[in-house]
Amino acid sequence: MKATTLEIDDILERYPKQPQHLISLLQDVQAEYKYISPEHLALICDHVGVPLTQAWAVATFYKSFSLEPRGEHEIKVCLGTTCHLKGGGRLVEACERDLAVARGHTTEDLRFTLDTVKCVGACALAPVVMIDEDYLGAASIPSLQKRLEKL
Amino acid sequence: MKITSLDQLQKIKEQGFRRTYPDKIKVMVGMATCGISAGADKVYQTLADKMAELGLDIVLEKTGCIGFCQREPLVDVVYPGKVRLSYQGMNPEKTAALAEALKEGRIFLDNILCRIDEEELLMEGTVRPYANPHPVELPAEIPTYDDLSFFKKQVKISLRNCGFINPERIEEYIARGGYGALYQAVTQMTPEEVIAQVKDSGLRGRGGAGFPTGLKWEFCRNAPGDIKYVICNADEGDPGAFMDRGILEGDPHAVLEGMAIGAYAMGASAGYIYCRAEYPLAIEHLKTAISQAEAYGLLGEGIFGTDFSFKIKIREGAGAFVCGEETALIASIEGRVGEPRPRPPFPAQSGLWGKPTTINNVKTWSHIAPIIARGAEWYASLGSGQSKGTTVFSLVGKVNNSGLVEVPLGITLREMIFDLGGGIAGDRAFKAVQTGGPSGGCIPAEFLDTPVDYDSLAALGSIMGSGGMIVMDERDCMVNVAKYFLDFTRDESCGKCTPCREGTLRLMEILEAITEGRGQQGDIEKLEKMSELIKKTSLCGLGATAPNPVLTTIKYFRDEYEAHIQAQKCPAKVCKPLITFTVIDDKCNGCQLCRLKCPVEAIDGAKKVVHKVIQEKCIKCGTCFDACKFAAIGVE
Repeated sequence: MKATTLEIDDILERYPKQPQHLISLLQDVQAEYKYISPEHLALICDHVGVPLTQAWAVATFYKSFSLEPRGEHEIKVCLGTTCHLKGGGRLVEACERDLAVARGHTTEDLRFTLDTVKCVGACALAPVVMIDEDYLGAASIPSLQKRLEKL
Repeated sequence: MKITSLDQLQKIKEQGFRRTYPDKIKVMVGMATCGISAGADKVYQTLADKMAELGLDIVLEKTGCIGFCQREPLVDVVYPGKVRLSYQGMNPEKTAALAEALKEGRIFLDNILCRIDEEELLMEGTVRPYANPHPVELPAEIPTYDDLSFFKKQVKISLRNCGFINPERIEEYIARGGYGALYQAVTQMTPEEVIAQVKDSGLRGRGGAGFPTGLKWEFCRNAPGDIKYVICNADEGDPGAFMDRGILEGDPHAVLEGMAIGAYAMGASAGYIYCRAEYPLAIEHLKTAISQAEAYGLLGEGIFGTDFSFKIKIREGAGAFVCGEETALIASIEGRVGEPRPRPPFPAQSGLWGKPTTINNVKTWSHIAPIIARGAEWYASLGSGQSKGTTVFSLVGKVNNSGLVEVPLGITLREMIFDLGGGIAGDRAFKAVQTGGPSGGCIPAEFLDTPVDYDSLAALGSIMGSGGMIVMDERDCMVNVAKYFLDFTRDESCGKCTPCREGTLRLMEILEAITEGRGQQGDIEKLEKMSELIKKTSLCGLGATAPNPVLTTIKYFRDEYEAHIQAQKCPAKVCKPLITFTVIDDKCNGCQLCRLKCPVEAIDGAKKVVHKVIQEKCIKCGTCFDACKFAAIGVE
């Protein structure tokens, strides 16, 4: 983790002190630290001048924000309509079994976070799984397991 | 350099033309997200390596998605003056062989999808032949672009440049007539004339609701106020839809030019593109496109030397389906929770920061420049009845040919699925086609001859929607599909209004009970009654359309609901609590494959001994069914 208070200041400085930049700031902090800690949330509130309750409402409303630390690797199984029809559900179940973690959660060793997404827009290659930034198209349980073993 | 005159635009166009159509062999790799998911990055790298290794004097470019996503990775080679060939399903080995062939001066003949003899320059209404002046003899079995049923009926307006240009090079966009329409609009037309063209074209919003675009613009233009905004809705949230991604990744300038023309017509000086964060490549290409357009003065202060100024900013969505609704989207840009508010006032009167605002979808914006360049009459000659022009669908699901297709409105569902889509994969029977995502419905076989337009689809209880078209076959359970969509809308409901928040949850609970064999007499009627209530009383479009998947599946597939409720049977054999996996004794030869693959050791057996499923342990994952090579696993 490369977290230092200096870096959070650098991120805050990117935006003028106006409430309209709340979401953009949360996104940048999420991207940098993979989650939004209570301390960072408070700093963001001070910067843009919104009450903590409002920032909390925003951070919990949008799905891309996490208030808990994420795993080193993020596995996102697509459950868009096409992936759903072509067996995406079975892929999530297989991940849950293999990684011993429920969807939406992170393994205890902080290695993996397992999530489902509502469509990554690669439906012609369904079912699709995103592993960090990489896409695995036409995924099957064996091809997914093989990819996970490499991590 | 800022472009301030037609001459200067022409000069860049000539530069771009030389870039786009070099004298050397040009190899283009489809590098949209669909291509990359299929391994296009490795193909590109192989080509780059081989070029260096063999000293190949060719031009290697990245391009967007030509639409045939299923056959990715796609590589196109333009043999200058001879022909353009499209190669499908390329892998590093085949790519290396392609490079070797090019080195030897041969035309590579493996993995050919089709030959392309000419390309259309849509903005100018001309075609540019590839096979001139040296047409080559190719084996007769190689189909032409138009021979392929997937391409034959397509008319590409939104997708005019996808697969033809490098989307990260503004010069290539300009080469194919880009920014000519913006020049025409701001230097030769009044804002009223621009709006008149858009009105006369008959263009309706491609985001789903189909409101006439020109009329929307006129409201915004006539609304009092000095500051106005235009917004591009690129929060493509419908699962199974990726048209906007395809356009933004493959031709971002098409959207920017459309927005600039709209801003000029409505008197806006700032615009926002609200793009979902799940599309990182689209956002990257948009950022590149905006900075390139600014460098040429096509966005910014004093465009084309006039006093028209227009800037575009990108806002990344933070993951909320409801933000596709325009008032929620505005709230999100303002940094707030994306909850919709009642309309009126409509955004045209009071939108972003309380100022008059027009929101159009990616596809709508991408139609604007061609309408200005070619004229309203040309555009209105495409399409049918009250639905003019073309639209892009993502044709996916159980069809043979999946991908992005752009067709004139009025084409029938049958043509879409059986001609473009090539019919149902695996020779299974067609069951339903789902349009409009979670707001739409499932249309059965008896309505396959329905034309695809706003009014005809609405008459069937579905909607045209943003363009997802998901084909389902006999192995798909319609109750399960309804449950899937309700689970989606329940999860995505923002919770502000009770009918949507509570109603979708109750619908979902009943559907869950039915798919688990706990359905009761009267459930169907309860679903229908509650659905009507939710439709009538929800605050925004999300709730008002959420029951459509339930209502259409009940209307057209009532027998499936009844089978679940009365006989506790899932006819499509999908709903887990209602099915059992068993070994068919006389087909099992004891190969042990299923036993070894079963993730929970629920199969008993030994080599050459007929196996048996231990029902208490079975989690019904279907792994054994897929693994068995002898069709010895039965599902009941």
